[in-house]
Amino acid sequence: MKSALLRRIALSLPLLALAAAPADAHRRWLLPSATVLSGESETLTVDAAVSNGLFYFEHVAAGLEDLTITGPDGKPVAANIIGKGAYRSTFDVPLKQQGTYRVALASDGVFGAYMLNGERKRWRGSAAEAKTAIPAGATDIQLTPVSSRVETFVTLGAPNDAALAATGRGLEMVPVTHPNDLVTGEDAQFSFLIDGKPAAGLDIEVTAGGTRYRDEAGTRHFTTDADGLVTVRADAPGFYYLEASPAGEARPEGPMAGAPAGERPQGPPPGGRRLSYAAVLEFLPS
Amino acid sequence: MRITAAFAVTATALVASPALAGEMTVNVTIPRLKVAEYHSPYTAIWIENAAGKAVTTLDVRYELDNAKGEGKKWLADLRTWWRRAGRSLDVPAAGVTGPTQPPGSFNRSFREGTRPLPKLAPGQYKLMVEAAREVGGRETVAIPFSWPPAKPATLRASGSAELGAVTLSVKP
Repeated sequence: MKSALLRRIALSLPLLALAAAPADAHRRWLLPSATVLSGESETLTVDAAVSNGLFYFEHVAAGLEDLTITGPDGKPVAANIIGKGAYRSTFDVPLKQQGTYRVALASDGVFGAYMLNGERKRWRGSAAEAKTAIPAGATDIQLTPVSSRVETFVTLGAPNDAALAATGRGLEMVPVTHPNDLVTGEDAQFSFLIDGKPAAGLDIEVTAGGTRYRDEAGTRHFTTDADGLVTVRADAPGFYYLEASPAGEARPEGPMAGAPAGERPQGPPPGGRRLSYAAVLEFLPS
Repeated sequence: MRITAAFAVTATALVASPALAGEMTVNVTIPRLKVAEYHSPYTAIWIENAAGKAVTTLDVRYELDNAKGEGKKWLADLRTWWRRAGRSLDVPAAGVTGPTQPPGSFNRSFREGTRPLPKLAPGQYKLMVEAAREVGGRETVAIPFSWPPAKPATLRASGSAELGAVTLSVKP
């Protein structure tokens, strides 16, 4: 338990560093060895990293503490974690069932800081943990609910939809066009939900990989319609980074003003909630 | 009751249109390539309707004698066929799948209404041929045709890299 807690704290440091920097300074992603596979069974390898360029290991490895893999039957699949290097984490996923797998780094919790004996302490964890993990003498508790999801999709054999079901929590994407049925020159449609409800007016950024070899960032912007839908078309095949963020997203600001010492946060604090979503999608040549 | 009805429909179709069972012969040439490492390509032959939907897969060549059964791993490299038809086909499939073919040409003949060529509704179709080679490239060749054929005809197309001449001979 103790080591798990330490690991969680260690994990939170780069994330908090990110939170302090401009929100779009880095991109967190999962890059699969393939997205469309054939055979009786297969092994998928995935790299997880946080970087500026797509898809290069150049900044820090992404932590795998929030790794969640959903199999074609909608049930969890265990990954074989290879390890974490300076610039990337790597894991294998045994694909033993035919169908579509969802591979995600998904977290739903709170992060922030509090003062204890004149010292500022940072904290990250689940909302439930926050009620007990923050010491009784803490003051100036400033916690922001954060829900983030970074994911990719792979299919062995024929695609299916069981792993694509919405969780109903946070900002998420429910594909209309199957995410392993994407080809250049054809419309790909995705719907976005916040807590299970259609998310209209989201800003969707789509950037092709291979940024090192071009001068233009080449990011295209889309806005979800009233039903939370967006239609994207890729001209060139390759891996793409799709990022969704709430329009005019409320940034956490200011401490929980006037929170009495020892009070535990109840519900979303002032300053709003941070939601983020990113997917790595592969468009194949038509 | 339902079985009887289904049988009756099939029997009627057979009786009503025996003369309409067309035939097609597909000839595919695999070019001889001067490369350091050569493996015979995986190939797929299938028919698409005017909407671009696969109607049937006629022929698939892959490494089905791979000792560890890993030949299927590379079927997805036949990307167009895989997406349109391959991923929902159980292989090996009798009368459809076979071993990869060396450079040269090979023929397959099909009779309408006999597996793997079903009765085709009159209309416009495309014969699709795709080849993907290990440590090599991929190419797709399409031959548009209309069905049923009014008279015997031979239609031709050619690839430029992984496929050579492809011919489709049709007979009413």
